[in-house]
Amino acid sequence: NATRGHRDPMLKKRDDFEDILEERRNTSDLRYALRCYTPALYKGLTPCTASELKTMVLQSDQLLYVINQVSKETGTATDEIQSEAEAILEEMAHRLQLSTIRFFAFTLSKIFKTLFRSICVNEEGIQRLQQTIQEQPVVLLPSHRSYMDFLLMSYILYTYDLALPVIAAGMDFMGMKIVGEMLRMSGAFFIRRSFGGDKLYWTVFSEYVKIMLKNGFAPVEFFLEGTRSRTAKSLTPKLGLLNIVMDPFLKGEVFDISLVPVSISYERILEEALYARELLGVPKPKESTSGLFKARKILSENYGSIHVYFGQPVSARSLAEGRVDRSQFNLTPRHIPRKPSEGIQDFVNDSAFRLVRSQEENMVLKPWVLLAALLLQNQTAGNKLGVLVEDLTEQAVWLRDLSRQFGAFLHWPDHIPPSRVVSSSLSLHRSLVRVSEGRVQLNLEPGFPPPAMTPEEELLSKAVVVLSCASYRNQVLHVFIRAALLASAIHSVAGSRKQEIFNAFSFLRNMFSNEFILRPGAEVQDFEEACYLLVKSAVLQVHQQEVLVTDRGHRTLAFLTSILDPFVQGYQMVCRFLCEEATESLTEKQFVPAVRKFFIKHLLTGELKYVEVLSSDLQKNALAALLRLGAVQKLRGGANEGTLKVNTVMVNSLEDTLGGKLPTQKPLAARL
Amino acid sequence: MKWNGWGYSDSRFLFNKKGQAEFTGKRYRLSGMIIPGLKDWMEGTFGANLQHKTQPVLNTSAVQPPMLNEAFVEELKSTGIPFSHEADDRVFRAHGHCLHEIFALRDGKIGRVPDMVVWPNCHNDVVKIVELACKHNVCLIPYGGGTSVSSALECPPEETRSIVSLDTSQMNRILWIDEKNLTAHVESGIVGQDLERLLNESGYCTGHEPDSMEFSSLGGWVATRASGMKKNIYGNIEDLVVHIKMVTPRGVIEKSCQGPRMSTGPDIHHFILGSEGLLTAIIKILYLRDHEKYSESLIDMQKLYHGLSSIFTSFLDGLKKFYITKFKGFDPNRLCVATLLFEGAREKVLQHEKQVYDIAAKFGGLAAGEDNGQRGYMLTFVIAYLRDLGMDYYVIGESFETSVPWDRVLDICRNVKARIIRECKDKGVQFPPLSTCRVTQTYDAGACVYFYFAFNYRGLSDPVHVYEQVEHAAREEILANGGSLSHHHGGTTS
Repeated sequence: NATRGHRDPMLKKRDDFEDILEERRNTSDLRYALRCYTPALYKGLTPCTASELKTMVLQSDQLLYVINQVSKETGTATDEIQSEAEAILEEMAHRLQLSTIRFFAFTLSKIFKTLFRSICVNEEGIQRLQQTIQEQPVVLLPSHRSYMDFLLMSYILYTYDLALPVIAAGMDFMGMKIVGEMLRMSGAFFIRRSFGGDKLYWTVFSEYVKIMLKNGFAPVEFFLEGTRSRTAKSLTPKLGLLNIVMDPFLKGEVFDISLVPVSISYERILEEALYARELLGVPKPKESTSGLFKARKILSENYGSIHVYFGQPVSARSLAEGRVDRSQFNLTPRHIPRKPSEGIQDFVNDSAFRLVRSQEENMVLKPWVLLAALLLQNQTAGNKLGVLVEDLTEQAVWLRDLSRQFGAFLHWPDHIPPSRVVSSSLSLHRSLVRVSEGRVQLNLEPGFPPPAMTPEEELLSKAVVVLSCASYRNQVLHVFIRAALLASAIHSVAGSRKQEIFNAFSFLRNMFSNEFILRPGAEVQDFEEACYLLVKSAVLQVHQQEVLVTDRGHRTLAFLTSILDPFVQGYQMVCRFLCEEATESLTEKQFVPAVRKFFIKHLLTGELKYVEVLSSDLQKNALAALLRLGAVQKLRGGANEGTLKVNTVMVNSLEDTLGGKLPTQKPLAARL
Repeated sequence: MKWNGWGYSDSRFLFNKKGQAEFTGKRYRLSGMIIPGLKDWMEGTFGANLQHKTQPVLNTSAVQPPMLNEAFVEELKSTGIPFSHEADDRVFRAHGHCLHEIFALRDGKIGRVPDMVVWPNCHNDVVKIVELACKHNVCLIPYGGGTSVSSALECPPEETRSIVSLDTSQMNRILWIDEKNLTAHVESGIVGQDLERLLNESGYCTGHEPDSMEFSSLGGWVATRASGMKKNIYGNIEDLVVHIKMVTPRGVIEKSCQGPRMSTGPDIHHFILGSEGLLTAIIKILYLRDHEKYSESLIDMQKLYHGLSSIFTSFLDGLKKFYITKFKGFDPNRLCVATLLFEGAREKVLQHEKQVYDIAAKFGGLAAGEDNGQRGYMLTFVIAYLRDLGMDYYVIGESFETSVPWDRVLDICRNVKARIIRECKDKGVQFPPLSTCRVTQTYDAGACVYFYFAFNYRGLSDPVHVYEQVEHAAREEILANGGSLSHHHGGTTS
């Protein structure tokens, strides 16, 4: 099983890449777009048209059952609900057309060649996928960092003559008139962002997905993270669609389902600055066709390369083995919708974390990611002049070796001298860094300072660069996170008792489990993994009762602690805000703007040193963690809907524990 | 009777000097016939090769000397009940027909066997034997037809007491027939075919026809809660039995009347039916019916029965075969054959036939005629011999059955077959296994599905263990897909 057995990340053998743009640069795009396309199909597939598919959904036992149920509840006639269901399906369904695919194959070839140096795909992964598509219904699970992701996926699958997927897309795309329809014809189907209690919608939607999957009509593709990650950190997985695609297996309607995690890593993300602004509170522009064309100026820039890694297919059957007793589904007719039992929810949640983690592990990291981490640390250390290029190179080489020891999938060209690797990375990201007189620093000063800029505006424009830079540093966090939690735990505990360190580790891990991908219930495994990595890299000696730092381990520990530090401080400050400034009537909606104001004030006085805490992502995650821990409560119903009720004592003690002023508290530790 | 294989000694499949498959003997309609498709099927399905033949080892000398309880033997002698401690008699009654049992016998491995065999002649003999066994601390294992597939005849190897096999074969009489109530009083040792033949002579039948009815006994049916092929008309064994007399170590159990039904708390019969031979001799009374007729139809659905169906087509005579395969466009490898037996009064049979043929026609099926039906029905008895042929050529296999709600029938078939194939691959089986199934019984709320599973074990060091692991996985899959652990017998048979 690909997602199990992380004991030694170094042992993980990864496939080689092949650049698919290379051929595009040498042969005709038109011929490529018009070439014969004959993908291998699922063995049990009886081909059917999109309209037959709709009929199957509308006549499914599940839907008919729910229509009757809704009719009884609301007193509406069944045929009225039936036509409502038809309308929902009409709005949702894809209309995959080969001609549209060919159109995209042609235009995307042109665009990709201008934007990117290369698009590298692991061919062995493609071969595995080709095999799997014929044997089992397949679910493709790409990471989500850019709008590009799903067009890119379909483009790659077309290139390799693989079955084109149907893709779950957010309704907001449909707002774009022509583009929305184009996407529909290239295999996207559209789902509303929220349809909480709408039984009918849910049934139409889940039946639609299941019927496509069970019949092997096409691989189903969706984003486990639910939305694009603006921070380049993987997002806590959403479970709705995973629940739906697991269902046919759990109920025995198919023998197995193959889940294929796909990791797409961009050397430069198209939406780089856009994301940073969004995180800082400049509202996200509504997706519109004209907006997309404005993005044309992007076309003149160089976005480096893309790496797409098709991971080892994970069998739903092997995930469930020994965990799920499938006979629990034998006691109710399968077409009657049932809320999944707690055991099933845990299983799906656990599987989702494993899958996201395997996405993370197969993300290719560029040297720049390491440089971004180092430059951010330098910047907050208050180094106004910047760092000497030679020093940066030395640090980068050190960090390269460390991350390799930690099993990072780092693409560092070893045949090129490190200084050249560093300088070419810096030049690709020249919008974020400035090199002058042999020194490098983040490009924080606006090139042409508009004369009348308030200190606040100045701070925000700095923050755009810092957050953009952080989004690269974030890509490497998953490699270090467990070790960083351990390093911070060691740092906060006076003494070397293993149990105490573990308690502190558990506390931090629990605190940050909305921020990073940390599988629920795996604290012991994570602790052991962190110990293992740090022992292997000669930073720690771990004994039965004690954890000791070696002499040469301090540099690594300092690096690891400082990589987590912005988050620690950010969470602390959120706590402080809640204790000091939160009013009785603070609502969830007002929370982010209010915290931002509070943070800006403290950043300007210099009390807060990390500009990146201005990220609304961090602020929301902190709130989510506090809600989860019960330190803050969200009131429901009535006039107080969404009001936050702060347990000041608890928030205060969490803040102090984070700051190392208080030892890890027993009640909290017990909850872990 | 064979001592290390299925059925009559004179009846077996073999490949003759010309390399053609042949069924020997004179007992069955198939006997003496050449079966042209079988060789290709064996080779194609299992990768079996006629050059690679296993040789069963026959050495009865490996049997351990009997461990006799002298006091028991002495007292038994005084009752005049016949008994034996000859090696042959003991080995013959030491096994049923589980794969591991037959495989070990062919391999010349003989484990713990009964120390003695006794042949009671009537109910009172059984009462005496049980009394003596209790008195002298001797184990009794009842033996009927020896067709058990749930290891019920296996002697526990760690057993230190003397084991006595209680063979009921001499208790094989119909004691009386009551024409007013349509019941008969029958001794438990009677074998299915004798019971049916004797009843037919008086113009009656029970209609209970399990695949093993040539050899299995009435007592065994009760002990295993058996089902028969004609159960849709006549019912399963629990529907046929009106009264049971059972000898236990604490006395004889029986109801005080022969009324067809009573509602006085839980039915004592339900503790006896399906007790898997843990209880002793049984004598009973059965419902009786009359009359019969065959017919058959072909329905082209999916390749549920693929493989065996090609053997089926090889029986079809030339013109008919041409008609079905060429004119009607049936692919012999994707052909689905349903053997249907219509039985009862003439009008009823005609009405049933019409209903069924109308359904078949709706799905493009056609009736293949009574002759083929007869063959198909006979095949179910002969299939059991196939396993021995397979074992001659490194192929081992079994069948097992389940009962499952209708809406899950197709899912369970697909998943269990796929699981078997996957497990075989994982366990290192070198050749693709046979993994197929058919529906054998229908109920209002579901159906009984038979799975056939066999593989070529060349290259495996412990084939029986592999077999058991795969079978275990298949069973697990059945349970996960909403099937029952068994429909009529625990796990396996041919």
